[in-house]
Amino acid sequence: MILNVKLLEYSLSSLWRRKEKNIALIIVYALVIATLGSVLLLTHALKTEAVTTLTAAPEIVVQRTQGGRHELIPVTYAETIAGFPGVGKVTPRVWGYYYDSLIKANLTLVGVEGYHEQLELLEGRFPQAADECVIGAGVAEAFGPQIGDLLVLEDSSKRRSEFRVTGIFRAASNLLTNDLVVLQEAALRDFFAMPAELATDLTVQVYNPREVSTIAKKIAYFLPDSRPITREELLHTYDSLFNWRSGMMLAVFISALMAFLILAWDRATGISAEEKREIGILKALGWETSHVLGAKLREALLISLTAFIVGLLLAWLHVFVLGAPLLMPLLKGWSVLFPTFDLTRVVDLYQLAVLGCVTIIPYLACTLIPAWKAASSDPDDVMRG
Amino acid sequence: MILHPGILALLLGSILILLLLLVAGGVALRILRHWNADSGSATQLQLERQTWLVSTLLKYAFGFQIVTLFLFLFTLDEIHPLFVGAMCATGSLNANLVGWLVLLVKIGLVFAAAFWLAVNYLDQRTEDTPLVRIKYVTLLLLIPLVALDLWLQWEYFSGLRPQMITSCCGSLFSAEGEGVISTLAGLPVEQAMPLFFAVVLLYAVLLLASLRWRAMLLRTLLFVASVLLFFVSLAALVSFLSLYIYQMPSHQCPFDMLQGHYYYIGYPIYLGLFMATLFAMLPGLCRPLATTLSLDEELKSSEPVWLRLALFGLILFLVTSCWQMVFGPLILLGY
Repeated sequence: MILNVKLLEYSLSSLWRRKEKNIALIIVYALVIATLGSVLLLTHALKTEAVTTLTAAPEIVVQRTQGGRHELIPVTYAETIAGFPGVGKVTPRVWGYYYDSLIKANLTLVGVEGYHEQLELLEGRFPQAADECVIGAGVAEAFGPQIGDLLVLEDSSKRRSEFRVTGIFRAASNLLTNDLVVLQEAALRDFFAMPAELATDLTVQVYNPREVSTIAKKIAYFLPDSRPITREELLHTYDSLFNWRSGMMLAVFISALMAFLILAWDRATGISAEEKREIGILKALGWETSHVLGAKLREALLISLTAFIVGLLLAWLHVFVLGAPLLMPLLKGWSVLFPTFDLTRVVDLYQLAVLGCVTIIPYLACTLIPAWKAASSDPDDVMRG
Repeated sequence: MILHPGILALLLGSILILLLLLVAGGVALRILRHWNADSGSATQLQLERQTWLVSTLLKYAFGFQIVTLFLFLFTLDEIHPLFVGAMCATGSLNANLVGWLVLLVKIGLVFAAAFWLAVNYLDQRTEDTPLVRIKYVTLLLLIPLVALDLWLQWEYFSGLRPQMITSCCGSLFSAEGEGVISTLAGLPVEQAMPLFFAVVLLYAVLLLASLRWRAMLLRTLLFVASVLLFFVSLAALVSFLSLYIYQMPSHQCPFDMLQGHYYYIGYPIYLGLFMATLFAMLPGLCRPLATTLSLDEELKSSEPVWLRLALFGLILFLVTSCWQMVFGPLILLGY
């Protein structure tokens, strides 16, 4: 019966006859859907971004901890780890953060060794001398230098260091290189005043993915002050983190949904005298309660679907075109430095299914009883008014 | 783990279904107490109107139940990367064994609700609605099942412990590698294949015979055959049909086929199986209820429709599940 075109036409014209009321309802409903949808779309996009970033990450990263805090790791540890069977290359990495008071943002400074394979260069070449550097697209935008220009940074003893830009990055994933400044390792050690026998952490290449956890265990056993982190664990953690964050936001916004549902309930219950007359006439014409009920429920379904499509479009525009200005600061968390990076435009079926379940089902459930009440009214009573 | 968007949606959905059924249950109690089909009083008139409310509530609850069943499977697949060693939805279920119970209860609920709606449909088409008492008593029995579903879901999701990096070290000391079984081992192919096709054949013969003759015995046998078909088909899906669908001799998962990279082929497969089972069970189930003449008349006109729907379901199921077996490049049994 739902597919009957004539009945559908009747429902549509019935909705149109009360357009002020219904359009207002659809607008509010669509805004609620857009809010919840933005949360889902944004977290999914960020998750995808994080996963693409991590596929290039090394199998294991080894850090050293002292007093529960991250410490510099002796380069000699690399030799110990390289001795384990099944381990490929072990590379000490030198990197650190640099706060620039001019543009009020943190930059990530890394030594070129150990990063080579992961990044694809957009233009230019890698640094070959101590005073050369390669920068991320975000840095280039913030400072304004192009290839061949100078980048001026202050080192740990507040001395001025100048680096000539020899290339600008654009990696597959923006999150990875946006705030990056790549220097030669010796130049970076000098800049951070870091002794030559220490490194920030070690990356470990493991040939067989099934051996990763065994090797991580071995590292923790032979080097008790070290903290091996596998790529899988990073993925789990990011996944859980984003799920938790979006779930949290969703739980908060569900209160808005509740408020809307109360409104919808109220709207559906308080039918106008004109509407009552209409139902009365229909019944006098021979419609049964079930027919009127069907018409009412079809109206609710039409409103739901319209609002869902409109809301989803709004969410898509908000997240992917405008860059989610309203939610980004709450959800992103780790990089407040360059808030304008393009999100990967992905919408998958699962997010839509969840959004539909959270918004359409409650609305339909909450219009059922009012619809029945309206449909079961007595034609005689109604017509006499 | 509760604060995952999909899990929130599932719990919300189950709470709403329970609420709908509680409202329906309240009305059902009133109907059971005051129902008197011979009376023309105002109360009786009001009660008759309320039966529409109950059937609408149930229809929606049933629809929501199907949606949440699929969302549940979808969510299982979505969260599997959080567990060490889990490769698909099966891994998520193994991460907390209550999950299997949830799945069982959800499937049971879908069948129970479908039966209820079928009986309700028959009953509402007659003038004298003779099945009112049976209907509303069984409705009251559905409520604890829905509550159980909600509670089990809560137990399952709150019992999940995803592996995360802790502040002192990685998680690897808590998880013992791939200790969790991530695939279901099915029956051996050589036995499963003849069994599956024998049951399909038996079912098809009984179905066609039921379409031709109206004997009660045939309906009873068809009822048994369709229950058999349901379980044997599930076993066959795990045992060998999935191998053909994925074209991999080691991938035995009944859930992966619902995913996009297998072109959602699982949906027509399960829909077909569900239709074949449900509509073939209905005649056998409804016949004993048809004690009055009016019901018998209704049943006479509904039965052929149901049986044809069952036949359509069987064809849909066989075509979608066995397509790869016949036309795909994978050869499982040597010759």
